[in-house]
Amino acid sequence: MIPLSWLLALSGVLFCIGVVGVLVRRNALVIFMSIELMLNAANLAFVAFSRHLNSLDGQVFVFFVMTVAAAEVAVGLAIIVNLFRLRETVFVDEINLLKG
Amino acid sequence: MEGAAYHLWLIPGLPLAAVLLNLLAGHRLGRRGVGWLACGAAGLAFAWSVVAVLRLAGLPAEHRAVAEGVYTWMRVADLRVDVSFLLDPLSAVMILVVTGVGFLIHVYSTGYMAHDPDVRRFFLYLNLFMFAMLTLVLADNFLLMFVGWEGVGLCSYLLIGFWYARPAAAAAGKKAFIVNRIGDYGFLLAMMAIFAAAGTLRYHEVFALAPGLFVAGGAAVTTITLLLFLGATGKSAQLPLYVWLPDAMEGPTPVSALIHAATMVTAGVYMVARTHVLYQLAPVSLEVVAWVGGLTALFAATIGLAQNDIKRVLAYSTVSQLGYMFLACGVGAFAAGIFHLMTHAFFKALLFLGAGSVIHALSDEQDLRRMGGLHARLPWTHFTMLVATLAIAGIPPFAGFFSKDEILTAAFASGHAALWVVGLAGALLTAFYMFRLYVLAFRGRPRLSPEAERHLHESPPAMIVPLFVLAVLSLVGGLVGPPLVEGGHPFARWLAPVFGGGHGGGHAGTAAHAVAPAVEWALLAASVLVAAAGIVLAFRSYLWSPETATRLRERFAGAHRLLLDKYRVDELYERTAVRGVYETARAAWRFFDVRVVDGVVNGVGTTFEAASAVLRLFQTGSVGTYALFITLGVAALLFHFLRP
Repeated sequence: MIPLSWLLALSGVLFCIGVVGVLVRRNALVIFMSIELMLNAANLAFVAFSRHLNSLDGQVFVFFVMTVAAAEVAVGLAIIVNLFRLRETVFVDEINLLKG
Repeated sequence: MEGAAYHLWLIPGLPLAAVLLNLLAGHRLGRRGVGWLACGAAGLAFAWSVVAVLRLAGLPAEHRAVAEGVYTWMRVADLRVDVSFLLDPLSAVMILVVTGVGFLIHVYSTGYMAHDPDVRRFFLYLNLFMFAMLTLVLADNFLLMFVGWEGVGLCSYLLIGFWYARPAAAAAGKKAFIVNRIGDYGFLLAMMAIFAAAGTLRYHEVFALAPGLFVAGGAAVTTITLLLFLGATGKSAQLPLYVWLPDAMEGPTPVSALIHAATMVTAGVYMVARTHVLYQLAPVSLEVVAWVGGLTALFAATIGLAQNDIKRVLAYSTVSQLGYMFLACGVGAFAAGIFHLMTHAFFKALLFLGAGSVIHALSDEQDLRRMGGLHARLPWTHFTMLVATLAIAGIPPFAGFFSKDEILTAAFASGHAALWVVGLAGALLTAFYMFRLYVLAFRGRPRLSPEAERHLHESPPAMIVPLFVLAVLSLVGGLVGPPLVEGGHPFARWLAPVFGGGHGGGHAGTAAHAVAPAVEWALLAASVLVAAAGIVLAFRSYLWSPETATRLRERFAGAHRLLLDKYRVDELYERTAVRGVYETARAAWRFFDVRVVDGVVNGVGTTFEAASAVLRLFQTGSVGTYALFITLGVAALLFHFLRP
């Protein structure tokens, strides 16, 4: 049986990787993937607590999160594809039209 | 009481109604209509004044004081001020002079201002002035008097600057207003001091309390009366605040006649006479009043000797004659002062209106050096002017003789022999400069410009008739106060209820009777001789042998220059007072405005600029940076809350 702390540590590490990915990467797709990583880190924490507490509430939350994430991926990817069609780039520091 | 029968509010109310009507409907009335309206209001006010005064005269002498309240203006703690009018023998004389002479001048103005494009505004101001002046003289408390006092000051300012497009007129109006402000300050302080001491501002209450309230000759009453006199010197153009009056001649001539000769400038004399109860408790103040009056009379007369502008000569003459009135008040002969006030109103209004007629006839020429020989061309103006000139010079039986002589006799009788000499010297100069004016304008050979010569014409009846009425008044106006009457002449007896009949001894307003008849005859003879000498001298210097004047002028070139420059008093004030105020203001501006006010405002600006210079570094516009800061913030919060 894997202790709760390990699972939480893994979740924290994944979340931090996601954060750093959002902050330092320039490719919008990679940033998007980093966001997914953070969501899944949160999911992992939910599942871990669910098992630890013998409660299904955490699992239910995870399903909700996965649903929202799927919808969000669809919208996000659509934006990125359209952006690429317009600007022929997905590097965020080149998409700075609104910056005064 | 039969108080309601007087309807005193009508007297100032009628001109005020005309003002309102003119404001609301003046544009429909047309040029003649506004003239009729203004004259009508002044005429009706005069008629009602006559009715009221006749009713007053019907009362027994000791009951001749009617106060009528209109409404209570304000009531704050102990202070209660009513809009309430007082008719007693003194204010009766004043309202008759103001409305009577005022009415004549209104009529005259319809002729004089006939060519002016802005005649409606002129009559508006003129009626407003009548309202303020009548409020001043009819008020039964100091505050209401002050309202009138400020009102006439305002109208004076407006009318001096009537031709506001002329810079000189605008500047003169401003000067009059500012110089008067100094005097008004004194009046205001005196009024506050009176209220602090007596707890009321009504005349009869203050005067009834005064003997018990103030130590005779004490500091309190002396201060109050001196402050009141400061107000009087401003309004009545005495040393040292006389400088505004000659400049006030920039206004239209009827204004000079009404405001700056006959009525407003006498307000100071009226005020001193009105508060004579206080003055009699302050011998020092009386002495100051007498000497300021006497010195002003002489001082202004000397300036009048050398002026070449016909209206300026008359202006200095007015200052000088007002000096005589104060001289009379100062030696305790208040009735004589008011007597001279009345006769002066007649003959000086006539002189100004006559001068206006000359100016009108000569197409706005005011320089005596370009007049001369007008007696044949303007016969009526000439005749009336001659009457007025004789009156002011003090030739019997003209009005000025009686009043001026009474003042000089009173000065002598009260033991002010030095003031008598000053007054006599002033009388000599008066006769001289007035006949200099007369000779230069009406006698000798004409020195007119061709332009003026072509348009030369006698004035219309609207101007000539008032001149004749005033000429008659100047001729007979003095007969109400002949000298050498046992028990006081009729005019003094009329005023006796105000100035306290005989109980004040030498201060009874009829101080003339403190001397033996023989002495009085001698004094009479002296003043007539002096006046005659002045006249002969003027004729000799300017008509019979004009080279005398030229020779004198060359011989005393420096003195002549000094007189022509009016002793350079204006320049002195300019250097000291005016520049002093300017420099103080400039220093205050440099320190307070620039450093403090601007400093605070600019300081706020620079603070925000400096702060934003730092804060804008965070506002990069890059989402990545914001995300980083959000993350760091979250991390910091987590660390703070989850710290073991």
